[in-house]
Order: sequence, then C-alpha cells, then structure tokens
Amino acid sequence: MSYVRGLRCRECRKEFPLEPIAGCDECFAPLEVYYDLPALKAALHPRDLASRPADMWRYRELLPFTAAEVTGLAMLPVGGTPLLPAPRLARELGVDSVYLKNDAVNFPTLSFKDRVVAVALNKARSFGFKTVACSSTGNLANAVAAQAAAMGLEAYILTPADLEAAKIAATLVYGATLLRFSGTYDQVNRLCTQLAQTRPWGIVNVNLRPYYAEGSKTVAYEIAEQLNWQLPGAVVAPMAGGSLVTKLAKGFEELRQLDWASGPTRIFGAQATGCSPISTAVKQETEEIVPQRPNTIARSLAIGTPADGFHASRTIRATGGWAEDVSDAEIVNGMRLLARAEGVFAETAGGVTVACAQKLSRQGRLDPHAPLVLVITGNGLKTLDALIADQPASPVLAPRLEAVDAHLAALLAEVSFA
Amino acid sequence: MSYVVRIPTPLQKFAAGAENVACVAPDLAALLLELTTRYPDLRDRICEPDGRARRFFNIYVNDEDIRFLGGPGYQFKDGDDVLILPSIAGGR
Repeated sequence: MSYVRGLRCRECRKEFPLEPIAGCDECFAPLEVYYDLPALKAALHPRDLASRPADMWRYRELLPFTAAEVTGLAMLPVGGTPLLPAPRLARELGVDSVYLKNDAVNFPTLSFKDRVVAVALNKARSFGFKTVACSSTGNLANAVAAQAAAMGLEAYILTPADLEAAKIAATLVYGATLLRFSGTYDQVNRLCTQLAQTRPWGIVNVNLRPYYAEGSKTVAYEIAEQLNWQLPGAVVAPMAGGSLVTKLAKGFEELRQLDWASGPTRIFGAQATGCSPISTAVKQETEEIVPQRPNTIARSLAIGTPADGFHASRTIRATGGWAEDVSDAEIVNGMRLLARAEGVFAETAGGVTVACAQKLSRQGRLDPHAPLVLVITGNGLKTLDALIADQPASPVLAPRLEAVDAHLAALLAEVSFA
Repeated sequence: MSYVVRIPTPLQKFAAGAENVACVAPDLAALLLELTTRYPDLRDRICEPDGRARRFFNIYVNDEDIRFLGGPGYQFKDGDDVLILPSIAGGR
C-alpha cells in the first residue's frame, strides 16, 4: 500500500505527478511531496512499526514511493541512529534535558546525508536513470558515491576544489567520478542546475530534490519514536541549504496530523557566522535572503545562496524558534565541548550546532524545562583539519616509568600554575 | 550598448523558444521590462505583480550573482553575458 499522492508547489500549490522535476514550472518555487495522511492514519498505528527493522525504512509509508516501488526498494540499513541523553551538556546549557540525535554514526557514510540519498537513489533507479550526480560540500558526495556503488549506478560528483582531504578520499574510494571546480559551492551548484538541462542524469539535489529532501523527515520520526512518541520542545539543527529545518518541521507536523504525537516543537537553526545568510534573515526578521561569499571552517555548511533559505527562515519563525551563528573559534570549542562532555565527536557542523545552542541559551531563547534535541549531522573524523590546526602535538616520551612520572608531574605543575 | 541574455530551457517556451536574446536595457528593472514587453508570457514567470524579479530566480552577469554587483543598481555594460536561472531547476 502506498499513500504518496504527488508533488505540490510550496508557493502556488500547483500539483505535479511523481516525476523527476526540480521546481514548479509556473513560479519556479520548490516542490514538496504530499500524502494521503487521513488514509494512512486509518491504516497504520505506531505499534505496527514495532516489529520492523530499526532503520529509516520503518517509516516507508511516509516516504515518496508508490506501491510498485516499495516492493523493489534497495533498503540499506540507513538511519536508526541513537538518540543519546546528554546530561553534562544539559548542565552546560542550563536546561533540564538535552538529547543528541547522532547521525555522525549513520550508515554507510557517517552523516545525515545517507538518509536523503537512500530516498533519492531509489527514486533515480525507478525513474530509469543509470547515472546519478550531485553538487556537494562533501557529505553528500560521500553518501551518493557509496550508495551508487551499492545499487550499481554510475556517479558523478561535483565539488568545490577546497574540500577536506577525508571527504575527497571517501568519495573516490567508491569509484565515483569526482569533478572539482575552482570557486564556491554556489557556483558548482549553479553549474549542476545547468547540467540538469543537458544531461540525462538523476541529480540528487536538482531534479531528484523533492524526493531527496523527504529523506530528512526520518530524523524527525526517529526523534519522536525514540522519545516514546513525544515531540521535543525544541530542536537545534545546522543549516546549509536550509532543507533540513523545513523537513524537521514537516515531519513533526505529519506526526501531529496522524495523531501519533502531539505538542509544539520550536525549530532553531544554526550557522557559521562566516556563512550565515539564513540566520541573518531570521535575526533581521525578514524573508529576504541576501547571498554571502562563504568563509568558514564549517565547509559542509558553506552555502552562500541557500536554495531553501526563504522557506527555512519562514519555518523557523512560524514554529516560534530562532536562528544564530557562531565564529570559527566558537565552532572548534563546540566540537571539543561535545566530545568532552558526551563522548561524541562531531564534524564542524556539530560544533556549529552546539555553539549556537550555547548562544541561544545565554540569550534566554531556550525553555529550560522543555526537552531539547541537538541534531548532529556529521562525523568529526571527516574534518580533522579543523582540530589539528590548533592542537599541539603531544611530546614523545621514552618508554620508562621515570619518564611518565616526570611528564605527569610537569603537566600537574602546568595546571596548578595556570 | 547591447548584451546577450541567456534564457534557461524551462523558460524558453514562454519566450517563443528563444535561447539568447539581445537586450539594451541599462539596469535590472529595465531589463525585466524589456524582456516581458517582447515576450508577454514571461511576465508572470519572472516578475512579481509589482514588476520586481521573482524570488526563485537568480540573475548572473559574467558568471557573478548580480546581487554581488549591486543588484538593482548594477548598470549593464556592452558585451555582458547575462544568465537567468531558476534557483532550483531542471527536469528529465
């Protein structure tokens, strides 16, 4: 059984069949998938999910697949990542309870992008594409390369040249063709938009975008189910193109309409100050996104012309949330705080999320008694450069007891003089 | 003074199939007027009711987003390469 009904323009509401199209042909706004939620509500109860595997496919009725497609899905075990209580971070933030939605351990490539790609590439396959492509700041590149390999598709990955070394290696290993370009992500993305008009490719963030974006909703479903079908009071999530925050809101809203969960969730967006077009719009209480030239160590968030910026800003304000942005130094401190307080090593985007949560807390924007979820979207091992730069190498000691005693005594003296 | 405006595939059907249009308007507001006078079907696609460019389009001059060049204040130059592109576009 399938409950997906079609695509609908977010602005003019024009409806389209489930085809590989990027935007509305009337007003060129983004398209969104819609479902027959009343029929789904009558047919499925959350307890029906209990016997299903703990991955994102347990919510397949809320993903954009027809009945025929569902039977042929390549269901890699994507998603189902931990929701970790973070008591020490909660104390640091001055709130009663904090949870980490830890997509840093997602399968197969350690970022939340594994979810969106799982949906996009299944759609690509059913649309008959043999070749898939994407423009990426790194995590999407890794996810597309890996899952294309797993599904026997050819992959072309377009990135800015200054990507982290780990993200380049973790793309090439899967046999994908990597095309690196001078210039920013925004320029590469614009090229991708043009390629979508000339090449017979399924481009995950262009002509597969409406489907790709639906994968993000599974973060919201998992958070709700892991909280025993309670919605959190607030969520802080990083923003690049702005799609994730809009889809978190859509996911929570669908659960409300299904009567699977209730209550408001305020959505907070986090950016690096060096690339903050969406947080700037929110803070200035305008819907106008002014593009920026990115300059930040949070390269996975370095999108100066965010495709969903307008809707992200509108969604955040509609939920009663807010947005903030933090400096590169604050990002590194955020990464360290998360690792030291909770044992979770997130990439720079995670540092952005944690540091923005600190800032929002200092501003009194977080309800101290409402459960707060931080969405950790990527793994720290992919952005080691950000830490290595200002981390002195430990001295090499002789393998002798005296050397250890002397070194620890020196460290202790350093601490007490500090 | 004249320059070429490249019309993206999804808009060409509203511009009598034109791919490249030679234009002479001095700035963005005048360019939108010039294009929509010549191709009235384009009007609802690329302009808000008040005549400004719609939100979901980006306009590039010589590969640079016009908003980095002063936006409405930018004065087109002879030989400029102007590209109108939906911010998300493309289809099968």
